[in-house]
Amino acid sequence: MNNFAWLEPKSVDEAAEALKQGGIALAGGIDLLTVLKERLVEPQQVVNLKSLPGMRSLEGRNGLRIGALVTLDRIAADEELGRNFAAVAQAAASVGSPQIRNVGTLGGNLCQRPRCWYFRDAEVHCLKKGGAACYAVAGNNEYHAIFGGGPCHIVHPSDVAPALIAFDAEVITNRRRMPLQEFFVLPSENVRAENVLEIGEIVTGVEAGMRPGTFSAYVKMQERPSFDWALSGCAVVLQMNGGRVQDARIVLSGVAPIPWRSREAEAAVKGRAISEVTADDAGQAAVRAAQPMTDNRFKVKLTANAVKIALLKAAGQRV
Amino acid sequence: MPQEQVRWNDPKTSRYLNKRIPRVDGPDKVTGAAKYTYDIALPGMLYGKILRCPHANARVESIDVSAAKAMPGVRAIIDDISKTARFAGQEIAAVAADTEEIARDAIHAIRVTYDVQPHVVNTRAGRNDPDRVGDPAELSEGADPSTLWSQAAAVIEAEYYVPVREHLSLETHGIVFRWDGDDKATAWVSTQAVHGVAGGLANALRIQRQDLTVICNHMGGGFGSKFSAGTEGSVCGRLARLAGKPVKLMLDRYEEQVATGNGPDALMQCKAAMTADGKLLAIEADLWGTNGPGKRWGVAFPYRTVYNLPNIRTRSHGVSTNTGGARALRAPGHPQGNFLTETVLDELAAKVGLDPLEVRKKNVLRAVWREQLDAGAKGIGWERRNKTPGAVSGRYLRGMGCACNTWGGGGRGGSRCDVRIGSDGSVWVGIGTQDLGTGTRTYVAAIVAEDLGLPIERVHAEIGSSKLGQSGGSGGSVTTASVAPAVKMAALAARARLFEVAAPMLGVSAGDLECADGRVQARRNPSNSLSFEQVCAKLPPGGIEERGEWNRSLQQSGVAGAQFVEVEVDTWTGNVRPIKVVAVQDCGYALNRLAVESQIIGGVIQGLSMALFEDRKMDDPTGRMLNPDMENYKVLGALEVPEIVPIVFETHDKVTGLGEPPVIPTAAATGNAVFNATGIRIRTLPITPRRWFDALEEQS
Repeated sequence: MNNFAWLEPKSVDEAAEALKQGGIALAGGIDLLTVLKERLVEPQQVVNLKSLPGMRSLEGRNGLRIGALVTLDRIAADEELGRNFAAVAQAAASVGSPQIRNVGTLGGNLCQRPRCWYFRDAEVHCLKKGGAACYAVAGNNEYHAIFGGGPCHIVHPSDVAPALIAFDAEVITNRRRMPLQEFFVLPSENVRAENVLEIGEIVTGVEAGMRPGTFSAYVKMQERPSFDWALSGCAVVLQMNGGRVQDARIVLSGVAPIPWRSREAEAAVKGRAISEVTADDAGQAAVRAAQPMTDNRFKVKLTANAVKIALLKAAGQRV
Repeated sequence: MPQEQVRWNDPKTSRYLNKRIPRVDGPDKVTGAAKYTYDIALPGMLYGKILRCPHANARVESIDVSAAKAMPGVRAIIDDISKTARFAGQEIAAVAADTEEIARDAIHAIRVTYDVQPHVVNTRAGRNDPDRVGDPAELSEGADPSTLWSQAAAVIEAEYYVPVREHLSLETHGIVFRWDGDDKATAWVSTQAVHGVAGGLANALRIQRQDLTVICNHMGGGFGSKFSAGTEGSVCGRLARLAGKPVKLMLDRYEEQVATGNGPDALMQCKAAMTADGKLLAIEADLWGTNGPGKRWGVAFPYRTVYNLPNIRTRSHGVSTNTGGARALRAPGHPQGNFLTETVLDELAAKVGLDPLEVRKKNVLRAVWREQLDAGAKGIGWERRNKTPGAVSGRYLRGMGCACNTWGGGGRGGSRCDVRIGSDGSVWVGIGTQDLGTGTRTYVAAIVAEDLGLPIERVHAEIGSSKLGQSGGSGGSVTTASVAPAVKMAALAARARLFEVAAPMLGVSAGDLECADGRVQARRNPSNSLSFEQVCAKLPPGGIEERGEWNRSLQQSGVAGAQFVEVEVDTWTGNVRPIKVVAVQDCGYALNRLAVESQIIGGVIQGLSMALFEDRKMDDPTGRMLNPDMENYKVLGALEVPEIVPIVFETHDKVTGLGEPPVIPTAAATGNAVFNATGIRIRTLPITPRRWFDALEEQS
């Protein structure tokens, strides 16, 4: 990594100003350390957000409010959050390893850079780094996108974001608030970034309203069960009425450059009771428009199954 | 002492040998007191760093080190390591600097222009290029298989693939090098061959072998990749000479994974046949694989050291690729050849409709495997296996598989061990071997303690230095059978000297004495005794020193084993969860049963990792390794390790090594278990969700 100055800002404004001057934000540092070591970024200044007061509160009783500096471990372990927003707690618990969850933060999880092995290799000048081509197209794309790809084919690595989006969460920054779904951008809109954050803008937290009568779950498909990124995953929030689905949010992870809402799967369960048949139908519906690449056809079936398992799990059925 | 009279100690009366002995250096490792090469820090020490070519096939056109040279803290630069690179990661230049950070920045500041040539980095991509494929090694025995297909009860024809695997030593390769004058030096090296490195590195640096001391007290894994100090070793020595200061050069994870060896892949197209009574009838196969830039390549297929395979035609083709060169990896060539053979055998058994266990018992060469297969079948509960693979449905399916192995593990001559006993009663044993992680230091101490009748804590065992008596590298599972006999002979020689001194003191002949419980005593009248210290007090003032040489009669080559794996396949996710492994392994006289069990368990873990996760991925377009890290080069984690039951199956009373054999059959047994659970045959390792869903699609 390059040499840089270290700043411990006393206020969000001071931090924002430093980011405008070529600084980069540090929270847990799990992702930042790797992008620095690979020289994917060479910032003048590292701005330690942990020196700021606040952004550490966690509330799951009357709605969801999580500060950007709250660790994933706290989100995973919070009882009220686990009761009212189960998918969010389950998604946080599925991230990395205990060591990573003890240090990694909500803000970092939302803003982390993709894991694409071409992007992560400093020697490969891909589209995302200002180059001319997405190397995954002609190369090895087994971990890449089956939805929303092109011209770059990364998948967004966050587990927590799809679960929050399934609860219609909003993200709050030092400048604005917006639905979390709108925070993320496809490569076709902006190939260099994964979200709409402007220079000097800092995520301070997320919020979501209470959703009485909902059942939720997050399911993550991994190559190595103990510690891995999502090959595919699914967050489900079901609003139930008389044993039938009144409304559903189904959001996929690990399959698209952004958390991928599957309206097809949502429509497939609406008005129906959750059974293995319904869940299977929803899984099939979710992948009907999938566009697998040369090496990731397996993710189509895997994703259908992720939807199926998440629906059954949310509905409290044995899977 | 006549060699044929020497025997290992009777387990009925021994205190340590053939028992479970905790490692003498275990507490040091747990507390951090043990110093690895990584831990060595010398006064004034600099840090070395290597510039590696980013291209898979390139020639250096120009190299400009001026910016690096001008950086404060840079003390030495080498710019002539290689003018060509045959893989991405080959060494081009190096620097030594005051800190590791400066060294990295300096490497970054070196400007190299390359003439980049076309590359091939995968066996599949290179096997049709005649310039890249070596002359095939042909094996032709018995009748021509093409005349036999019609006589077979079952014929299969399929393609199989075992990918390139990495050693993944947790301590990377590296060295700390210090010149002690113009032509003398000391090197701390993470190595599995202190004497071998002393010879090789001294030669590379043009000094006398005896003038270079190589030290490796503890090492964090080698698995066959650390016999030499490598390019980084001689580069470090040169940097230290140029800078006039000691230099530490430890590789990082990227370097470790691209440049320090790997176990080659094996791609096979095979046709094979079985008779109705379960006898293997014929095998015809073409195989390809890559060892890196060279064209020599081969794996142990078919596995004729276990099975009777009468009619064979195989052609093995080495493919030259622009990838880091292969090195020995724990039973080189065997896990690949074993997976190919045992999978073919299992497929044929299923097609004929016979129990795969009975088929193996029919085809093995010797009775020992039949006994071991029965022992393993009992251990895993073979009767619980899925009798009709593919007939059961549901999300989670369980099944069992098995496979057999063999290996040498006999010793090599030339090891020399010294034992010193001081007149103060102190005991020291030294031999220039090293502990690859198998527990060498512990049995060196235990052998001496046993024959001198002392607690093991009383024996100071020193290994890991080329200044100690000659011994070979730790490879081929030969270490124990090479080292232990020499230690035993040294201990007996030292004891004989003690007996000579004690005999007149006790009034019995030396031949009637024994050592036990810290005393030297008359064998027929143990109350007629002296304490060990009383005898030592009568030794010459400087004590005594005796040397032991390797003794053939204490060791033997050749082991057999059989493993059984039970898995649970999640058919919705494609995850394979190992449930239980029973590993039956012969090793002759187990010097330390605890270490033997650890070795079996470690081999099984590495074998499961091969079955389920390990896969070096080279990118065809860029020629670069896609997973030179531990994020995407995946290995079995602690939570994936199942119950492992080692069964130490002793067939004789000589010492035989078993570092390698337990890793050989695990992957094959795992794949066979997946088939038994689901009826789906996965012929490409590792068995990941991708392979699972691809196999489902292929079947439907």
